[in-house]
This record gives sequence, structure tokens and C-alpha cells, in this order.
Amino acid sequence: MNLQFLSKKLVIAHGIEQMNKTNSFRDVAVVSVASHQTKILSEVNEVQLMANLISKCRNSIGVTQEEIGFTCSGSSDFLAGQAFSFVHTLDSVGAFPPISESHVEMDGAFALYEAWVKLQIGEVDTALVYSYGKPSAGSIIDVLATQLDPYYVAPLWPDCFSLAALQARLLLEKGLTTFERMSEIAMRSQNNGFDNPNAVRTSKDISLENLMNEPVIVDPLRTSDISEIADGGCAVILAAEDKAKSLCERPAWIKGIDHRIDSHSLGVRDLTGSPSAFLAAEKAGRNSDRLDLAEIHGMTSAQELILEKEFSLSEKTHINLSGGALAADTMMASGLIRIAEVASRIMSGQMDRGLAHATSGPCLQQNLVCILEGK
Amino acid sequence: MTEADFSPAALSEEVEIPESISGLEPVRSVRTPIRLVYDFVPSPSVQEYLRSYSERKILGHRSPVDGAVFVPPRGVDPRHGVLIEESVELSDRGHVGNFCVTHLPIPGRDDLDTPYVSAWIHLDGANVGFLGLVAGCDNDEVHIGMRVQAVWKEQEELGNTAENILYWKPTGEPSVPIEKAGNRAWDRTNE
Amino acid sequence: MSELEKPLRAELTVEYPFTRTTGKVIGAFMTGLREKRLFGIKRSDGSILVPPLEYDPVSSEPLTEMVEVSQNGIVETWTWIDPPRPQSPWDTPHALALIRLDGSDTSMLHAVLVDSPSDMRTGMRVTANWKEERIGHIADLEGFVKETKEADS
Repeated sequence: MNLQFLSKKLVIAHGIEQMNKTNSFRDVAVVSVASHQTKILSEVNEVQLMANLISKCRNSIGVTQEEIGFTCSGSSDFLAGQAFSFVHTLDSVGAFPPISESHVEMDGAFALYEAWVKLQIGEVDTALVYSYGKPSAGSIIDVLATQLDPYYVAPLWPDCFSLAALQARLLLEKGLTTFERMSEIAMRSQNNGFDNPNAVRTSKDISLENLMNEPVIVDPLRTSDISEIADGGCAVILAAEDKAKSLCERPAWIKGIDHRIDSHSLGVRDLTGSPSAFLAAEKAGRNSDRLDLAEIHGMTSAQELILEKEFSLSEKTHINLSGGALAADTMMASGLIRIAEVASRIMSGQMDRGLAHATSGPCLQQNLVCILEGK
Repeated sequence: MTEADFSPAALSEEVEIPESISGLEPVRSVRTPIRLVYDFVPSPSVQEYLRSYSERKILGHRSPVDGAVFVPPRGVDPRHGVLIEESVELSDRGHVGNFCVTHLPIPGRDDLDTPYVSAWIHLDGANVGFLGLVAGCDNDEVHIGMRVQAVWKEQEELGNTAENILYWKPTGEPSVPIEKAGNRAWDRTNE
Repeated sequence: MSELEKPLRAELTVEYPFTRTTGKVIGAFMTGLREKRLFGIKRSDGSILVPPLEYDPVSSEPLTEMVEVSQNGIVETWTWIDPPRPQSPWDTPHALALIRLDGSDTSMLHAVLVDSPSDMRTGMRVTANWKEERIGHIADLEGFVKETKEADS
């Protein structure tokens, strides 16, 4: 990430901060979600998967594509092995007559941010956001190596789990966590995910002993410390103000949303923490009230522990009731799915206020936090 | 931040190259090739299409919305974002919807003699076209509306691949008038 | 499609050649590698950044003062790579580590060439091993090895 990009983000962040102070934000809410994750997508391709999810997402609140003001998606050409792969997926939207549309080569959570900004501008009142990934087709660990510093790091082809392992070792050796604590996180994920049809790695009765005796596959990470890579996708519809109220009985209002990024240079960062995650949560308004639930996007148990600390999550907050990325991790969609999970629990009336988080880049380099609330 | 001139040239002039390497030819670029390998498994609709293709049968997909036929089949009607489940067998005859004469060779296709004709082939019964090679006549004879037929590979050379059709040759039948040639899927939507 | 038929699959390869210009700072670091030297750059707060970047990661000021750093350093954290990735410079299992060279305030990623994970320890001292033929590339460094007590010739 070069500094020009960083400074642009600082300008946007400052602008949003100003709007926050003057309370001139439009109220925007999630009004519909649909998602699906599975170990390997074999019955259908990504386009058919998304056609189903997007139709479901629209039909459940009775909107047609013509009524959607703006569409934004997140996906990775490098993951699909094809330039402009996201254009094929527009077939699933039914983009005719032509639609107002955008795409980010990032997790769908960042596509949601762009859609949120578009709604703030006031030109549209609804937005469709979707994202998907089929990591089973390629070698995701090599794909992710291509996002690293092209001179100093990428030519060494370090895989994403090895980098996460470097981070986990630092935590362990500095006494900031223990193997047992990491296994507790792995156990929480497997237990929680048991009732989630999207979760791939789940178990009702796995014990801490089982987990701590698992083989070390990326020193010092054990099998269950690492996210379960899965294929899948997610669709979300946003609406503003009265439009949201007309579409949904209990919209999940976005009370705050912010994203920050740390340096791309691994050796410059203190990998035992994530200042960008902390700052994103602060700017999104995490501190202003209680949190019933949090869905945090960590690729390893150690990363979930770092995020719990940066977000100051207490025992009163239910963490990763879906099982989190440890249960099913779809590159490009895991972050948007975290937002969908929090939103659906709010819309159903189960919970009132939650934090959803998405990450990007190695070792929690870039982080987005979204605070959602029912009324 | 100072008000210094931030043009790239101005900035790099200020970098102090260490004495131990300052007299040497500097490295100006680094080769960083990448190679990513994917195991591509097409969707069931495309698999069905490829298997039929190996038997010299061309399958299209018929939209449940208005019966428009798309070929090759992708499992979705792109205008409406709905799944298509109905396959329909199409003939291997059609017409040229549009075409282009290419004079430059392309990488990976040493078998193609230039100049060659790339055309949008509209099969009888299909609402959209797809890319095909037109040969078996002078390039000057190719025109919009020209009726063509597939020239398939020999039986023993057929496989689950788009390469089964070597090229499309003119049939000599009367041409389709230019007002009726080409893509009709959009016209249907506007009806 | 009958259930007995195995799904059709095809290997799809995406390849890009990429030659990247370095500019003066990264270029100087690469020249240093070719000459078996390691360089860092001084940051706004006086600390030394290795590998060098053009702008300070915190203040975003352009950086200009390059300094040579030691060939020796300590392992700040590590993991074990087995099997090595096909495109990486290594053919055999090795450690991947963040190494902070003496004279530097930040660490750099590279391999530590030992036989097994049991040979690795955070805090161990390592020294650079160079390839015979170098071109100005991060892989000019074969990797780092355990520092021995005898002085190198």
C-alpha cells in the first residue's frame, strides 16, 4: 500500500469524522441478507450460486433489480484465475436494463462501505452488495502471497498461514496468550458453528484436550487454530431511512462504519496487536454503548484473540455465534458474512447491538468495523 | 510536510546512495514473475454442454422467462439473473452476425494462417451468437447474414473441448437479410 | 450427467512476467544485495528501517539517508515451511523468520537455513549467507544461518 493511497483514506476518514460531528449522516440499514458456504462448490458455479443468493435476498423483501439504486460487489480475479471474472458474475444480478454498479477487488465488506458512502451522498436509497469466492479451484495460499511487497516479500512466496504463524508465535513467546487459550477459541468456534448450516468445521463435543493434541501444521499453529477454507458467497441489501422502514420490520441500522490500514511492511509493525482494528472500532463508535454480539474475522485463533483485545470485548458479548472464519472462511466473502450474521440476529429480534469486523492483508493489516443496532 | 517539489525526479535526487556502492552500476529493476495454477471444474451445465459437444451435439439453454436461447449455456439468464435448467439441442447451422478480418498473428495460435476471419456465429434457434472461425471461402466473400455450417473434427479426434469445431464454412444458401441478422435477444426484451 | 462420470476438469495456468522498476531507494538496496551488503534507511525519528522504504510509514515524509547495517542479527519470530512453495527460492524445508539485523530497528522476512524446527529459537543469532551469483534480488540472499562463534574470513 503506498502512501498516496493512505493519505487519500485519511482525507476520507476526516471527512466522515466531520459529518459525524455535525450528525449529517443518513440512517442506513441492512434490510435483507442471504449467504451460503460449503467446503467445495460442485453443484453450481459462482454465477449460479450468486443468482440464487441475490434472488433470495431481493425476493425476501419484494424488491426487483430495477428498484435497486446501486450495486457493488467484492471478489478477486486472482482467486478465480481470470481477469474481469466479476463481469461474468453480473449475469447473476440480471443487469439489464443497465445498472449503476461498482466492484472492489476486496472482501464484500469493503464493497458494503462503498455502497454506504453512495447512500450517504443521497442519490440513491437502496443498494445491493454481494461477494463470493471459490478458493477450492486454486491455491489460495499462493494467490495471497501476490498481495505482499513485490520487491522484498512476494518473491519469497510466504503463504498466508505462515505469516499468521509468525504473529501467533510472537503472542505466545511474549506471554500475551497460551496454547490453551488458542484452543479455547478453536473450541468456541466449533461449538458455536454447530447449528450454522454454513459452517464447515464444527463439533458439539470436541474437547480442549483433543484440540491441544492436534498436529502442529504451521508451527506453532495446530489444525483447528487455522481457518477452514470454504467456497461460498453472500448478498446484502442496504436501504436508507424511510425506505429501510418500508422494506423491513426491524432493520439493522448501521450506527457507525470505519476502516483503517496499517503499514504493509511486516517488520515495521508490532504484530502482537492491530492498531488499525482498534482505531476502526473507535471511529465506528464501538465505545458508545454495550455490545450484545460481535462477529470478528480472524484467520487464526491467535488473530481472534488480538481482535478481542483491540475491541475490548467482554464476557457479556457473544463472540462469533456463527463459528466465525475458523468454521468457514471464504476469501472475499468472510467479512461481508460477518456483517450479515450480526444484521440477521438483529433483524430477527434476537439481539440489539453488535459489532461486525472484516480484515484484509497479512496479519490483520487492514480492518473494517461496522456497528449495527436494531431499535 | 514541507513545500518541497514532490515530483519523483526531485525526490530521488536527494537520496544519499552509500559510498560503498555509489560508483557502481545501480540496479534499476527486478524481475518478479508469477505463475498461478488452477484446477478448473466447470459447472454441471457446462459439463453437459462439453460432453454433448464431443458427440457433435450443440446444447443451448432456454430461459424460463421468455424462451430466449443462450449458447454456450452458462446456467443463468443474464438479463434477469434467473437460473436456467432447460437444455435444448441446436443445429450446427446458422449465419454470420458480424465478423472481422485479422491480419496479425496471435500468441499461442501458430496454426492460424493470417489473414483469418473471426465471426459471431448465430445458430438457428439461438438468440445470441458466439465466436467462431469462418473459413472454406475467400475472406472477401464473408458478409453479415452469410449462412454457415460447422466443420467438425474427425470422430477419433473429438473430445470434451471447444476445439471440436474446426471452422464454419458457407453453405451457399440464400443469405439472411442484414435487418434480420445478428443478436436478437435484446429485441425480445424490448417487445 | 450420470453420477458415475467424473467431473471434467482442466488445468488453468495464469502467468505474468513482471519486471518492476525500483527507483533509487529500493534500487540501492538491491545493488547492495548484489554486492553482498545490506542497507537500511534513516526514519524521521532517527531509527533505521530495513528493508528501506521511500517514505516513513508513520510520518509519511520522504526518506533519503541510507546506512549500511550488519550482516548479523537476531530472530524475532519464526515458523517452519514444509514443503517449500513451488515458486519460492528454496527446495528444502526451512524456517521463515523475521530477522532484525544489528543496526536496524525493524525486521525483515527471510529464511533461516536449519535442518529442523528444533534447531530454531526466537532470539537466536544468525548471519547472512549469500548466493555465489547475485543479480540484485531479494533471493541473492540464500538465507540466514546460525551465527558461529569464530569470526568469518
